[in-house]
Amino acid sequence: MTGEGLYLDGVTVVFDGFRALNTLSLLVAPGELRAVIGPNGAGKTTMMDVITGKTRPVSGIARFDGHDLTRMEESVIANLGIGRKFQKPTVFDALTVFENLELALKAPRGPVACLRWRLSGAARSAIERTAEQVGLAERASDPAGRLSHGQRQWLEIGMLLMQDPKLVLVDEPVAGMTDHETAETARLLVGIAGERSVVVVEHDLDFVRALGCRVTVLHEGTMLSEGSIDHVQADPRVVEVYLGR
Amino acid sequence: MRRFLLPGIVALLALLPLLNLLPEGHPIRVSDFVVSVAGKWLCYAILALALDLAWGYAGILSLGHGAFFALGGYAIGMHLMRLIGPRGTYGHPVLPDFMVFLGYQELPWFWWGFGHFPFALLMALLVPGLLAFAVGYLAFRSRITGVYLSIITQAMTYALMLAFFRNDMGFGGNNGFTDFKELVGMPLNTPFARSVLYFAALAALVGCFLLSAAMTRTKFGRVLAAIRDAESRVRFLGYDTLRHKLFVFVLSAMMAGLAGALYVPLVGIINPGEFSPANSIEAVVWVAFGGRGTLVGAVLGAFSVNALKTWLTSFAPDLWLIVLGVLFIAVPLLMPRGLVGMLRR
Amino acid sequence: MNRLIRWLLLLLLLAALPARAQDFDALVSGLAGGFAQQAEAVERLGSLGDPRALPLLRALSESRLMRAEGGGVRVAPNGATPSGPEVIRINNRVRVALRGALGRLQLVSPDPAERLVAADGLLRARSAEDIPLLETALARESVPRIRDRMDLALGAARLGSSDPAVRREGVAALGATASPEARAVLLSALGTDEELAPAVDAAVAAIDRRLALRHAAETAFQGLSLGSVLLLAALGLAVTFGVMGVINMAHGEFVMLGAYTTVVVQEALRASPTLAPWSLPLAIPAAFLVTAAVGAAMERGLIRHLYGRPLETLLLTFGVGMVLQQVVRLVFGAQNREVISPPWMQGTLALPFDVTVTQNRAWIILFSLAVLACTFAAMRLTRFGLEMRAVVQNRRIAATMGIRTGRVDALTFAFGSGIAGLAGVALSQIDNVSPNLGTGYIIDSFMVVVFGGVGSLLGTLIGAFTLGVMNKLLEPWAGAVLAKVAVLVGIMLFIQRRPKGLFALKGRAAES
Repeated sequence: MTGEGLYLDGVTVVFDGFRALNTLSLLVAPGELRAVIGPNGAGKTTMMDVITGKTRPVSGIARFDGHDLTRMEESVIANLGIGRKFQKPTVFDALTVFENLELALKAPRGPVACLRWRLSGAARSAIERTAEQVGLAERASDPAGRLSHGQRQWLEIGMLLMQDPKLVLVDEPVAGMTDHETAETARLLVGIAGERSVVVVEHDLDFVRALGCRVTVLHEGTMLSEGSIDHVQADPRVVEVYLGR
Repeated sequence: MRRFLLPGIVALLALLPLLNLLPEGHPIRVSDFVVSVAGKWLCYAILALALDLAWGYAGILSLGHGAFFALGGYAIGMHLMRLIGPRGTYGHPVLPDFMVFLGYQELPWFWWGFGHFPFALLMALLVPGLLAFAVGYLAFRSRITGVYLSIITQAMTYALMLAFFRNDMGFGGNNGFTDFKELVGMPLNTPFARSVLYFAALAALVGCFLLSAAMTRTKFGRVLAAIRDAESRVRFLGYDTLRHKLFVFVLSAMMAGLAGALYVPLVGIINPGEFSPANSIEAVVWVAFGGRGTLVGAVLGAFSVNALKTWLTSFAPDLWLIVLGVLFIAVPLLMPRGLVGMLRR
Repeated sequence: MNRLIRWLLLLLLLAALPARAQDFDALVSGLAGGFAQQAEAVERLGSLGDPRALPLLRALSESRLMRAEGGGVRVAPNGATPSGPEVIRINNRVRVALRGALGRLQLVSPDPAERLVAADGLLRARSAEDIPLLETALARESVPRIRDRMDLALGAARLGSSDPAVRREGVAALGATASPEARAVLLSALGTDEELAPAVDAAVAAIDRRLALRHAAETAFQGLSLGSVLLLAALGLAVTFGVMGVINMAHGEFVMLGAYTTVVVQEALRASPTLAPWSLPLAIPAAFLVTAAVGAAMERGLIRHLYGRPLETLLLTFGVGMVLQQVVRLVFGAQNREVISPPWMQGTLALPFDVTVTQNRAWIILFSLAVLACTFAAMRLTRFGLEMRAVVQNRRIAATMGIRTGRVDALTFAFGSGIAGLAGVALSQIDNVSPNLGTGYIIDSFMVVVFGGVGSLLGTLIGAFTLGVMNKLLEPWAGAVLAKVAVLVGIMLFIQRRPKGLFALKGRAAES
């Protein structure tokens, strides 16, 4: 692992006078697994939007391995090695599972390169391996539109893996999952980390505990507390934010 | 069975001008009218293919493809005007009649080179392509999608229509170009010329179809489908969607320009009415009716809607616009996948 | 000072009048004399400025003046061609004199149109000899338009005087106007008179200032007028497209339906003398109701099934527009229908700086602002507006709170369509009422909504007037068509900087 990882400092985002992020600072080391929690409107999704280039901050620094994220297009950021899984799974319904994974596979992404693209044996087996990994090997030639909700979640995680990112952003991955699926997902994410950094945004504190990692608490667009799950749960400010109102 | 369907249709279409050569009164002789109308439909089918590439595959609903078609037509029209030479009413060796009439002393610079057929053909592709590049770049860069893009493209063709209606644009104003004499040394308005132009259109249609089919089967085609369904997700996968959309939009515009370039010598006239927004949107209904997102659907739609139009306008012209309007209403409600979708089910 | 001199001159003239009365009879009998005597009499009658001379001289020029018994003259009736020795003959010299005299005398003719023609003639002549004549005529003249012309002619005549003081006076008088003709007269005097040059330059500059001001005011008014039309056409879209997100390509046809409703109401009330003058005000609610009903039917019957599929909605509504247009064409015919403006909307309205505007356009500006105010009030102050905004923000939660979202959708769409009908009533006053009335406005109104910012009434207001004024500002040097093209291109470039329009919703609300 090289590079400095993710570095946010003093990031401020304003929507019509409302400060969605207020001088937020966050440091995620290469290979680290990090959970970000916070009540609704704390700025978790906005933070991800800033990292992936969807939203531009009015001030502050957002860097990944030394690249200034605030000046880059979404696609350029994605090609730096930042993958994102959305809260609502978005896969391409008209394409098959295999084709979805193929699109995500790391390869030249220009129009001409796509026109000349031929599926090599190595690429095919990489895609098949990932399909296996996310339990969709048998449905590889079905359109993604016919998958169930859970299968779509898995397909999206599979696509994330195909991108081979250095940093994975995961937005509420266990919403609507059973306890068993939740535990599986926790195990999967822990497994992914190490090779790459993973930032998980979640509400579910039991799930976060299962991740067993450092936790950052956001509140009103800024960092409220950071540390182990036991540390932040004991922090009186966190208790007040979660229970006080 | 399906493998022989398309080649069979092409062979049948290729037979049409040959049947025209049969002696008058022969039971299976095809009239001049049918050949020229069918030739027009072939050009429309190319336009429909072009539109389908942009809309059906990449989700870019252009309401301005008629502008690309018309620009291609004007480029060839300029060549045809230059070829008239001293045979015009005023007998000027260089200037077309309308320029003499408007008091031009010399050929405007943007008419230079149009005396050469290859140049004119190149322009018929390049000018629509460049316009599509400029409009597409501006629109896609600022993330203008969906209906906003449709409105922008409609405004584009509307603005061009207004501009081409002006006499001082140097494109013949209201009347446009007509009274063509010949093309590549071949006198127009003869059965022979009609057949040649018909075969050119048929060849172009087959070529465009095969090109589109090959293209949509590559990963590029799948990226387009992905952009159509969830563009921002494609961006987060690391694809610069601007480049992909621009590529297909420019290609589609050039295809439309080619269709226009084939159309004008066939019908023998081009005027600013071709830029009318109604023309562009009529092309959209061909694609929608045939089935967007399938190449066969686009071609089928262009043929069937125009067949309906030709048939209906021959005895109830007032009714045609109502029927067309009802098609616009019925297709999205009752057959969103078009004819092809219905046949497949 | 100037005025004082005029009064003094007038007094002098009044004092001279009785003497002139005797002159008049003597001169009239001179008309029957030899050619030389005739010519002199004609010339003197011409400069006398007595309106009684006019019919006599005219009769003389048309060979209708006869010698009367006892040395006087009599006039044969107009159009008659008398013959015989009594008819007074004239030669060319007299004819020339007559032409000049008639021109001068027309200045005091009872017919205002003739006086205007005469003033124009004198303005062209620019002769110092006409000064007293013009002064006499000005003293009697009461019609402002003719007075202006006479003032102009007087100023021009003074410029031709040999007296520098009088010339200076003329320059001052001309410089006080805002007339391009006065400017031309002054400029032509510039080359001949070195001494006056600075004064003339100053006067021309003053006129230029006034002309520029007037031109700016007129452009502004034309821009506001076009803007008000755009505002009316775009307001309905701001509701259906801006608030509901439904793209209605039949909007232009709804405007057209509103205009045809006006035609129908007018024709229905034509027979009734009490109601006929009120047909336009009565057409306002009628047009609103008709288009609102069509809109509600279209929303419930068709559009509802396509929510969330904007491109399909676009095609469907375009089809509805085509059908509406063709049905109207079949029912009412393709030719233009005439709508008569009520008297209080006809004519022009004079504003300061000689700016004149047509009444109907002024009314439409007021009407558009009133419709904007009503729309705003309906959306902000009524229960319906509250429910509408609630459904727009969160359909599901609004439904759980007991709001019947389907009904709100239909009403909102009906409301937006009704506003299109109101636009049609206004357009019937300034545009041809024909089946394709709406097509000319639909693209512009979409541009207004996109430019102003989707979902913002303030944006629509500012967008409409900005585009209207821009169009009219560009027109003089680009021509109407290129101005339109330039504005379209301008909007495309503008949305590069602000893709969501002038008054964009920002943040999460705008994303979804």
